[in-house]
Amino acid sequence: MTSTVVKFMIDGKEYLAKSGMYIIDVARESGLFIPTLCNMVGVKPKGACRICTVSVNGRYMTACTTPISEGMDVKTNTPDLIDLRKAILDIMFVEGNHFCPVCEKSGKCDLQALAYRYQIMVPRFPYQFPKRTIDAQNPLIVKDHNRCILCKRCIRTIKDEQGRSFFAFHKRGHKIEISIDHNMSDLMTDEIAHRAVDICPTGALLKKENGYQTPINDRKYERTAIGSDIEQIHQ
Amino acid sequence: MSQKITIEPVTRVEGHGKVTIHLDDEGNVVRSRLHIVEFRGFERFVQGRPYWEAPVLVQRLCGICPVSHHLAAAKALDVIVGAGTGNGLSHTAEKVRRLMHYAQIFQSHALHFFHLASPDLLFGIDADPKVRNIVGVARQNKSLAVQGVMMRKFGQELIKATAGKKIHGTGAIPGGVNKNLNDEERDIFVKGDAPMNPEAMIVWAESAIDFFKDYYRKNKEFIDTFSVFPSNHLSLVRKDGALDLYHGLIRAIDSEGKIILHDIDYQEYFNFIHEEVRSWSYMKFPYIAELGEDVGWYRVGPLARLNTCNFIPTPLAQKEFEKYKANTKGKPNNMCMHTHYARLIELLHAAEVIRDLLNDQELQGDELVRKGEKKHEGIGVIEAPRGTLFHHYRINDNDQIVMANLIVSTTHNNEPMNHAVNYVAKTWMTGKKEITEPRMNAVEVAIRAYDPCLSCATHAFGQMPLDISLYDAHEQLIDQKKKD
Repeated sequence: MTSTVVKFMIDGKEYLAKSGMYIIDVARESGLFIPTLCNMVGVKPKGACRICTVSVNGRYMTACTTPISEGMDVKTNTPDLIDLRKAILDIMFVEGNHFCPVCEKSGKCDLQALAYRYQIMVPRFPYQFPKRTIDAQNPLIVKDHNRCILCKRCIRTIKDEQGRSFFAFHKRGHKIEISIDHNMSDLMTDEIAHRAVDICPTGALLKKENGYQTPINDRKYERTAIGSDIEQIHQ
Repeated sequence: MSQKITIEPVTRVEGHGKVTIHLDDEGNVVRSRLHIVEFRGFERFVQGRPYWEAPVLVQRLCGICPVSHHLAAAKALDVIVGAGTGNGLSHTAEKVRRLMHYAQIFQSHALHFFHLASPDLLFGIDADPKVRNIVGVARQNKSLAVQGVMMRKFGQELIKATAGKKIHGTGAIPGGVNKNLNDEERDIFVKGDAPMNPEAMIVWAESAIDFFKDYYRKNKEFIDTFSVFPSNHLSLVRKDGALDLYHGLIRAIDSEGKIILHDIDYQEYFNFIHEEVRSWSYMKFPYIAELGEDVGWYRVGPLARLNTCNFIPTPLAQKEFEKYKANTKGKPNNMCMHTHYARLIELLHAAEVIRDLLNDQELQGDELVRKGEKKHEGIGVIEAPRGTLFHHYRINDNDQIVMANLIVSTTHNNEPMNHAVNYVAKTWMTGKKEITEPRMNAVEVAIRAYDPCLSCATHAFGQMPLDISLYDAHEQLIDQKKKD
């Protein structure tokens, strides 16, 4: 099947793209930043975090799971959408125990960087201060449930050669956690552990004995604000 | 009629404390106490966290000398990651840490002397509190106030260059540091326009000493007699007995100079130093185990350090040290107000060390971290601005902290500060019908000499509200004075 080129609008401007492409990918290629937390380039989207919600012909849809089609009118940055995204970030902060000042992911954390971008000073919802644990049994990485936003990046991407994931959901409902499969601990290599830590958008996964290696001011989002790499494409 | 006097909060100190003084029917002081009313809980909530977080997490208990906590924790973790103590780190790592630490000593001592203590010295402890503050200092002696601000800034900028931030940086990591000081960063200080260079800081430190000595000449009796009592003294000293604020062996002497703890390895501190808990204070009372709780207490900080060390390994500070020691004919100094003098000598020493380190090319080295055979327990000790600081951690097989014990500088000085309060209360308040503001300030002056960090937390300096209540023997409020 040959892909066709479709015409559509994003934020009032006309664009052309191959049909079937997700809105998020079209936006990225066009230099438009739509925030994401669960989405990763090259990995099948899940729409788990909802932070990429955009307006499609007046309806709210996740940009990472919605394919572009002919005549679509997409809005990415209306005041309502910005407020919705801030509310989602607020919820993530109050649902966990995020203490940025001492977190080794600070400065390179997607969640923190988005909070800075959206100028969130204080969450609008009350802190829940849930009782969460730290799983440090694995010899290479620590899973800090206090900081996990359940984005499933690790479950979807950190796998062995046979496609088995090192991570899985554990428990149910509001108690659900993403846990390390300790039966596979022996298969985890340093390279896999580093990759897992790198793809985690928060400080929920930590490489053991490796904290605070990057000096302050050299950390990822201290050099370039989140999204600025995308926005610079067409400048 | 018996009375209970409460001074709360104590002003121009770091943190929050209160003083209670109980008078009997004749107006004699029967009991006085410095209460530490804040509870922090760091030793508990650090448990379960990965050990490498400790230097960044635990330093959050203080906004004034976080570098000391940062480095004491890092030193403890050096032991855990197998780098050991002393020469275990690379030269670059140790020197970057030393620079960070002496910058911290420099800025903290400058802050205390110029911002917190100088109003008492410049205006007198009985001056009108409306002028007896840092704003009053700025009005009366602008250059002194400017020096205070700029010296603190110099130290803070150096901390930023080595730790990444002026407050709560991340420079020290287990086994070393995460950055060196590159040429460009070094030149900001070495080639900086006056006054932001070490030579100018040395000149200003000397002038601060001259300022104090001038005050001393004019007020010798007060300085030599205010809150004087014998005590033991404890600090780290270098192997050769030199003053060393970053690393050394634990030495303690009695009030006459007899060595009672002879240069012990701080990895064994718990065999020699125990802590007592008293119901009326959140701060523990450490003591030398062999001497017991009643007589084993000791002072730490500048006064203690200049009592325990044999010499200061920088020339200008050593010269001043010799003059300082001549005041007591070489014997230990037990005069509370001489702590200010000792602190300024350390300020000068810190400036000299900073100058020497900045000219040391090893700061630009590339070997930042060393590790060896891992251990499950480590102890780090450092001489913080206010005195000896202990961090002790134990970890489990999963790299989580299972035990933390912190003995912070002000904790060591708990009993001495209570002695100081008692001394001043008895001297200044016994038999007095009216508790005037200068008399209350005298109590605070005695506490302030120790530069206590009561909460080990960020706190505003300067004029804080003061609430004094007088109670009769039946705990009925009979008088109350407030100032905002």
